[in-house]
Amino acid sequence: MSTILTLPDQATARLPKVSYLNKEYGLKSWLLTGDHKRIAMLYLISITFFFFIGAAMAALIRMELLTPPSDLLAADTYNKVFTAHGIIMVFFFLVPSVPATIGNFCIPIMVGAKDLAFPKINLLSWYLYIAAGIMMICVLTFGGVDTGWTFTTPLSTHYLNTNVVSAGLAVFLAGFSSIFTGLNFIVTIHRMRAPGMTWFRLPLFVWSHYAASLLMILGTPVLAITLVLVVLERTIGIGVFDPTKGGDPLLFQHLFWFYSHPAVYIMILPGMGVISEVISTFSRKRVFGYTAVAFSSVAIAVFGFFVWAHHMFVMGISNYSALVFSLLTMLVAVPSAIKIFNWSATLYKGSITFETPMLYAFGFLGLFTIGGLTGVFLGSLGMDIHLTETYFIVAHFHFVMVGGMLMAYLSGVHFWWPKMTGRMYPEGISKLAAVITFVGFVLTFFPQFILGYLGMPRRYAAYPPEFQVLNVFSSAGASVLGVGYLLPLLYLTWSLKYGKIAGPNPWQATGLEWQIQSPPLTENFAETPIVTHEAYDYEWLESRKGSEVPTVG
Amino acid sequence: MHFISPVLWQFLIKWLTHFAIFPPEASSIAPYADALYFFLVLISAVGLGAVGFLVFYFSIRYRKDLNPEATQIEGSTLLEATWTIIPLILFMICFVWGALLYFRIYSPPTNAMNIYVVGKQWMWKVEHPGGQHEINALHIPINRPIQITLISQDVFHSFSIPAFRVKREAIPGRYNTEWFEATQVGTYHLFCTQYCGTLHSQMIGEVVAMTPEDYEAWAAGSTSGNSLAQNGERLFASLGCNSCHNSGPNAHGPNLGKIYGSHLQLKDGSFTTVDDAFLRDTILNPTMHEVAGYAPIMPTYQGQVSEEGLIDLVEYIRQLDSQYRIEQTIDNSAAQPIQTGATPPGTSAPVLAPGTVKQ
Repeated sequence: MSTILTLPDQATARLPKVSYLNKEYGLKSWLLTGDHKRIAMLYLISITFFFFIGAAMAALIRMELLTPPSDLLAADTYNKVFTAHGIIMVFFFLVPSVPATIGNFCIPIMVGAKDLAFPKINLLSWYLYIAAGIMMICVLTFGGVDTGWTFTTPLSTHYLNTNVVSAGLAVFLAGFSSIFTGLNFIVTIHRMRAPGMTWFRLPLFVWSHYAASLLMILGTPVLAITLVLVVLERTIGIGVFDPTKGGDPLLFQHLFWFYSHPAVYIMILPGMGVISEVISTFSRKRVFGYTAVAFSSVAIAVFGFFVWAHHMFVMGISNYSALVFSLLTMLVAVPSAIKIFNWSATLYKGSITFETPMLYAFGFLGLFTIGGLTGVFLGSLGMDIHLTETYFIVAHFHFVMVGGMLMAYLSGVHFWWPKMTGRMYPEGISKLAAVITFVGFVLTFFPQFILGYLGMPRRYAAYPPEFQVLNVFSSAGASVLGVGYLLPLLYLTWSLKYGKIAGPNPWQATGLEWQIQSPPLTENFAETPIVTHEAYDYEWLESRKGSEVPTVG
Repeated sequence: MHFISPVLWQFLIKWLTHFAIFPPEASSIAPYADALYFFLVLISAVGLGAVGFLVFYFSIRYRKDLNPEATQIEGSTLLEATWTIIPLILFMICFVWGALLYFRIYSPPTNAMNIYVVGKQWMWKVEHPGGQHEINALHIPINRPIQITLISQDVFHSFSIPAFRVKREAIPGRYNTEWFEATQVGTYHLFCTQYCGTLHSQMIGEVVAMTPEDYEAWAAGSTSGNSLAQNGERLFASLGCNSCHNSGPNAHGPNLGKIYGSHLQLKDGSFTTVDDAFLRDTILNPTMHEVAGYAPIMPTYQGQVSEEGLIDLVEYIRQLDSQYRIEQTIDNSAAQPIQTGATPPGTSAPVLAPGTVKQ
């Protein structure tokens, strides 16, 4: 297998003299920066930290589930652990993962701008994230919270004595961080595109972030309101959700899922953007059906808002509203299918190479397809009755969120790592990590589909002994998966100092971000680019060969 | 196989010979659910196979060694239409099939035997109409439709029987129903599947499906002596319901005879059907539905009657086929004041009728 890697001659290769990394030094220059690239790095470090906390919780969960009784963790501890796993992974890792790191880094460069529209709001968004994160760490340190990440009332409002209020407020704060990121992206994409960068010349990465940002700014406020209502109900007993005061506990479910279903698309859409870039680059071909992929992102965002009640099919909503929501759920599955087929067709008559980002992208295609198709099981009303609230649904959303989003995230991190740091990651071991992650993932979560159909309920600290074997498989897979996640942490850190120098465009990719030095200047472009070509125009790239990448100093 | 530890080996052998992919098909609905499941697995396999084939075939056929120069292709409207319409049709089949199954599972037949279930942290309390009370167990006859009327007295729970492929949430403040018809004698898992706090994973029980004869024997041997309706009658009297609902010429409240299932006209002119939920609402929150022709003077019983007490009252009113029975109730209550068997003689604890809540 050949590689398209075109590293500069290592004898003469140098990192650029001036870049965003070395323009200023000192902690203060990082903590008070307005530079979207530095903020992206701050985010990268902080979400990695939270990812490994969440992963440690997952490890505890899988260890507890090795045996049927709740012997390693007491039931209460187990409940706190899976709650922490859910809250941290959803609100502190998945929601900010691709947008706040890779999106933050690349979107201004991709549209040809010097920075995001509101650099200070961008920094504020990171501080809100950190404040929320510290609050969440405090919640965990001082006794934890055991509501589940869904904060279901009346359990959360009346029946628990844990830190529900502070956990709710932490998520509330994290929500504002996400709103600010979304706001910044939308304004930047609308107002700051370089001359000639029309909407249909934007990379698909930008389109998918635009769709996700719409969801962030329209959906997150609803979550914020809901959490405030939970806090008020818990502290002063306002009775919005309490049936003895004339409230309706189902109202909470409606409000919560009105955000939390679109949140799934907030998490997955940016990942889809990464996959479009990676597959195009490593097959040397423009993305098949650019407009179909772009509009399917928008379609997912729009339909995504009208399917929330499919989380409530067994809760006693009327049969007829269940019918409508099931139908809409089926419709939202179609744009995802369109994307999958377009990515597959992009490979047709390409000139394909298999670098690490591409391997992760292939992993994404397989796992996301399974995740999406099992979503159809759950959207199908009569089947949902049996499958919901079991391990089937756990496996389903892990296939989408971990098999899909985390694969896309790792793909993106490897893909843009040379651009972010100026150095290459080690290719051999990273390919190994991609394969280990895929195998570990399938071994962890595939048995859970079977467990789910057998009826094992989710969130059980103890389970009937006949489910043990599949749980042992799952736990064994989780340990493989753990290795798969630790490896990148190690070799990427190593590569910061010892990685080969990457040069501006090691992948021969077409995006504007690859036409500038790596790592980029603080102001990104030495001169404002004028865009005369469409996205993924490899002929244009060919014609540019030999022209110097402008650098400063 | 000496290189595998014998314990692990036995474990694997046992598992391989007892490997289950499906829970038992023990209800009339289960084969229908499994049929849909097979169909969904099939289209998933086809879909995954199609994507897998495209990705692997193109990766091999168009790898750089074989195809050093990529051919740029804009896209194809025909192909886009193909892979929009084919999945759409398949998903629509899943939708219609799933909807039919859903309506089948959630529409109980009219001749179903009704069993009440109250969920609380962390147990299931089952109340049979004949006065059998169970905790974390449900005895049912096979080949007979059973309707479960569910409610929770605290948080959300979910009443799930995987072998029957049915599940429904027990929610505070409203009755939900599910139904099934067991087809095979056996003992099956009963799970709470909605996370409900500390001992969520202990909120499990057994469903015992028995032949009708065995069930009759069990029911005769397990009754507490009073049917739910009889308990309801005593509660009705002790709460003083009959001082207004007495069908007398000056009665303040509507006549309750044969009221269950009837259409009542409300003050705003609309009509409503009297069912379990309506009766429960009017006892707890009388002004929620104001019945035409009567002043809204009924006090609320919120907090005074437990969920079981409400079930008793509902079951009593459901079975009132004439007002005569209420008139008898008045006499009975006058003749014999309510005794609570639970209070040991000699204690000074306040005397509570069964079904009421200590204030």
